[in-house]
Amino acid sequence: MISLIGIAVFILLAPVIGGLIAGVDRRISARMQGRVGPPVLQPFYDVGKLFEKEITVANETQRFYAFSYFVFMIFTGALFFSGGNILLVIFALTLAQIFLVLGAYSAYSPYSHVGAERELIQIMAYEPMVILTAVGFYVVTKSFDVATIALFDQPLVLFLPGIFAGFIYILTIKLRKSPFDISTSHHAHQEIVKGVTTEFSGPTLGIIEVTHWYETVFLLGFVYLFFAFSPIIGIIAVILVYLLELVIDNASARVKWQFVMKSSWAIAAIVSVVNLAALYYLRMV
Amino acid sequence: MSYLSRSPWILHYDATSCNGCDIEVLACLTPMYDVERFGIINTGNPKHADIFLLTGSVNEQNREVVRNLYDQMPNPKVVVAIGICATSGGVFRECYNVAGGIDKIIPVDVYVPGCAARPESIIDGIVMALGILERKRTEMISGDKGVQPELQQGGKAQ
Repeated sequence: MISLIGIAVFILLAPVIGGLIAGVDRRISARMQGRVGPPVLQPFYDVGKLFEKEITVANETQRFYAFSYFVFMIFTGALFFSGGNILLVIFALTLAQIFLVLGAYSAYSPYSHVGAERELIQIMAYEPMVILTAVGFYVVTKSFDVATIALFDQPLVLFLPGIFAGFIYILTIKLRKSPFDISTSHHAHQEIVKGVTTEFSGPTLGIIEVTHWYETVFLLGFVYLFFAFSPIIGIIAVILVYLLELVIDNASARVKWQFVMKSSWAIAAIVSVVNLAALYYLRMV
Repeated sequence: MSYLSRSPWILHYDATSCNGCDIEVLACLTPMYDVERFGIINTGNPKHADIFLLTGSVNEQNREVVRNLYDQMPNPKVVVAIGICATSGGVFRECYNVAGGIDKIIPVDVYVPGCAARPESIIDGIVMALGILERKRTEMISGDKGVQPELQQGGKAQ
């Protein structure tokens, strides 16, 4: 089941694609704000710059945690793109995210700690919906394997419209977009400095940036699964979903963590129950 | 040219400024001037910053803050003093409660005069700082000790 080609392609191409997405993202965001914006290759310059900086760490374990975050995010994506078990993918994703939280907690900075707490809240907020998405895939395709789900010959989004909408909702949290960028943000200022990444600097921050590129590609792969019956429609759908996220990001202000938590769980509960109940009631599965 | 000068992230601190120069610094980030064209981002976090922009004449209250922010920035780093208060103390030079310029506290690389400094001259100052940033990086690689002692001094001060 495990395809080595998928793993190799993901490890080599994901940072390139993820970095380009980040560059196009910043460019389009700038245009939406009436600015010219940075070059498309700007994220690569940023990471190159971070690796040119002095290595200053709060403690040695902080670097270990950042590196673990990087390794487990690659593991998550590699498992996904090689067609592995989607539940294992979700658990590996959570583990990777927990390493980032531990890294933020390892430094004695109140901003870093508040960021870490908010990151934990974000994980709690999106986790139910991600697992219910996997359940939705299973109910329709009778398999938890990404390879089988991707080869399902009918459009999954037609079976799971509610779950798709719920997944888009939590995707805003995962991509660190407004209004849900409570733990850290791509935008300049924030009330908690840089939240979870406050204490990371230089090459360590560079690793976290690259990890985020891997994560973006993996998440968009997740969106693609809903449209996997036709690669062209799938890619168009992924692009449209990302553009929608950009519009939401630029058109909304950051909300309080309570709202993130309550709304994510409420939406996860409502859309998944309604969607799955409808599937059984209409005898579509 | 290294990546450093293509992606300078700035930290902006108001050390007793009347806020005039601060508004001009922030004006550089607006659609009118849009310094993000050059990859410049206002980070608000000393640990992520490469260029330290300071306005104001520095009083007794924020003397330590300025020192602390400077020490927290990883090398290579440059300091740009913006406005006449930051460069020399301006009309407040003789006041008992001000240090009279950023260079009384930390080493300054670029002075941008003006009251308030124009966004054009601030951008000009930052571009000049990029050249110094490049030079400091070459010195850092070749093991020049010109940067290190400052850091140790800061450590003692803390």
